[in-house]
Amino acid sequence: MQKYKKFIKPIVITITFIFFIIISYRSAKPRYKPEHFTDIFNDFSWLGNWPKWLDFPLMQPLNAGFDWLIVNYGLFFEAINNFLLGLYTSMKDFLVGLPWPLVIAIVIFITYFASGRKVNTTIAVAFCTFFLGFLSPRYWDKCIMTTCIVLIGLLLCIVVGIPIGIAMARNRTVRNALLPILDLMQTIPSFCYLIPGILLFGLGAVPAIIAIFVYAVPPLIRLTDLGIRLVDKEVIEASEAFGASKKQTLWGVQIPLALPNIMQGINQCTMMSLAMVVIASMIGTRGIGDEVLLGLQQLNVGMATEAGIAIVLLAIIFDRITQSYGEKIQERTQKKKVFNVKD
Amino acid sequence: MSKIEVKNVYKIFGDNPSKVLPMVQDGATKEEILEKTGHTVGLDDVSIKVEEGETFVCMGLSGSGKSTLIRHINRLIDPTSGEVLVEGTNVMELDQKNLIEFRRHKMSMVFQRFGLFPHKTVIQNVGYGLEVQGKDLNERNKVAMEKIEAVGLTGFEHQYPNQLSGGMQQRVGLARALATNTDIMLMDEAFSALDPIIRSDMQKQLIDLQAELKKTILFISHDLDESLRLGDHIGILNHGRVVQIGTPIEIIMKPADDYVAAFVKDVNRAKVIKAKIIMITPEQFKSRKEKNSNTIKVNEDSFLDEFLPKVCLTPATVEVVDKSGNIKGYITEKELSVALTKSKADVLTKSKT
Repeated sequence: MQKYKKFIKPIVITITFIFFIIISYRSAKPRYKPEHFTDIFNDFSWLGNWPKWLDFPLMQPLNAGFDWLIVNYGLFFEAINNFLLGLYTSMKDFLVGLPWPLVIAIVIFITYFASGRKVNTTIAVAFCTFFLGFLSPRYWDKCIMTTCIVLIGLLLCIVVGIPIGIAMARNRTVRNALLPILDLMQTIPSFCYLIPGILLFGLGAVPAIIAIFVYAVPPLIRLTDLGIRLVDKEVIEASEAFGASKKQTLWGVQIPLALPNIMQGINQCTMMSLAMVVIASMIGTRGIGDEVLLGLQQLNVGMATEAGIAIVLLAIIFDRITQSYGEKIQERTQKKKVFNVKD
Repeated sequence: MSKIEVKNVYKIFGDNPSKVLPMVQDGATKEEILEKTGHTVGLDDVSIKVEEGETFVCMGLSGSGKSTLIRHINRLIDPTSGEVLVEGTNVMELDQKNLIEFRRHKMSMVFQRFGLFPHKTVIQNVGYGLEVQGKDLNERNKVAMEKIEAVGLTGFEHQYPNQLSGGMQQRVGLARALATNTDIMLMDEAFSALDPIIRSDMQKQLIDLQAELKKTILFISHDLDESLRLGDHIGILNHGRVVQIGTPIEIIMKPADDYVAAFVKDVNRAKVIKAKIIMITPEQFKSRKEKNSNTIKVNEDSFLDEFLPKVCLTPATVEVVDKSGNIKGYITEKELSVALTKSKADVLTKSKT
């Protein structure tokens, strides 16, 4: 019995393949097919151009499934929509309502403490923030909108991505099942889920947030998984040998040691979110991205470039804050050695 | 009852260990199994007994299965077949919850590459065993400070492990193992990653601590000198099989096979044999009616090389005394020459050539 085990997989795959071909043949329109299927084996002209009957019918079931989803679970999507939209609107209104110097002060405050009191980083970030409005007063509110979308997308990524990453690191089956899905999420063109996003959530910020999630969560999941698996095996053994439960090992040892990698994941996640925000402006999401779009539509190169610079500045701000926080964590565990040599 | 008892343990690494097990039990060698089935035999019918309060050293070259064996005691690895008894409890029968309790209170472990938590300070590392038990911070720190002091690291408690040298890091590892105050300590090549001088220091520290604490220690080593120095009993592993178990003297004087003989061939016997082991009783000495014009007194626990030069200088008889000065026995040139001559097997091979 053991001997034949290795044949099972190829046989199953072959049967599925044949089954697919039969389905495609049966579902093809009669005018595309030869009169009788035995003709295939007599007349080999179909080997020249791809025959029209050899067409796997994926489009119709997908459409049907999508319609079914909207009809039956419309309320569910609306609930998600209302929740995210509410979150976005209240956050945006709050930040837009604040006087702009106060917003800059808040950014300075966050940067200063996240970077471990690095003055240079703080000053650089403060200047970048100032320049957002300085480039064009219009940009200030639009940058705040974009920031809110990115932050909510990021929050969604963290809440969902990190637990999934941990599950992947701890369970092989979960990892094997999820890796192809992550590949799919990263390679599928973004418009393929932006447009269905509009159908499900309507125009505006929410499909952008969903698109950000789909596009930006894979690196976070991967880096969390990697970070946890890279933790020294002997350290895990030590934790277990002293009678730590799985939970204690996870929270006390694995996650703290994986944190630099997880922070790197969050940084990647933020950068990809910003990239997606510009694309999302094409489906009517308001923000700094639509300035770029507007500039391009009017063939106003200066305007597009100006808005492009604003996006770069925004990216620098996000990058510096998340990156320097990651560095701070890393320093605590690794850089001390240098300090020791000086002593 | 032995403190730790390992009974007929087999460990096979691979996809389907239980299928390969009968082959191994029928006596197929490690190489045959690897060639035929692609499985690696880690342990092959290993049985050892460790008595309470003794240091049992498990010795073998890399790949002999010694690190695998030690991980069976606290079930970091599950055996393919066989039993592990600790104080009469079958470790294999513990469920997850009891296993955790068992690891917390029965034994602690020291690792080859220290296994310290890089994100915790020395004092947090030492207190980790207590932390997972749920002890509060004050108690943890109090115990941790005591143990840090015991291993001589006072003043370093708020440093991170990578600020310390290798020797100091392993002291933290040792203090961490001591902090939970368990009867049993498992030491997996604890000193192998240290340079010779520090290693020797650490061995001495362990001997001193052991004299005071009387723990049951299972020590893994690939270094024969270390094994002879630390072990009350030594078990030698080769390709996952136990080749010989005995006291250091038995290992040196009567190697069970060529493998052990090759191991002990270059050992400096004078360094590992203690006076009390080769001495004859005062009665035996008197019956020989030898003149003992010159005598030197040595402690019963001193090694031969400590007094050998003196014996050579002034042809003297050695009077072996215990701590309080009572005469326990005598050593003459005859005993010395027997003890320092290489084993019979060696002598025979030499006479042939």
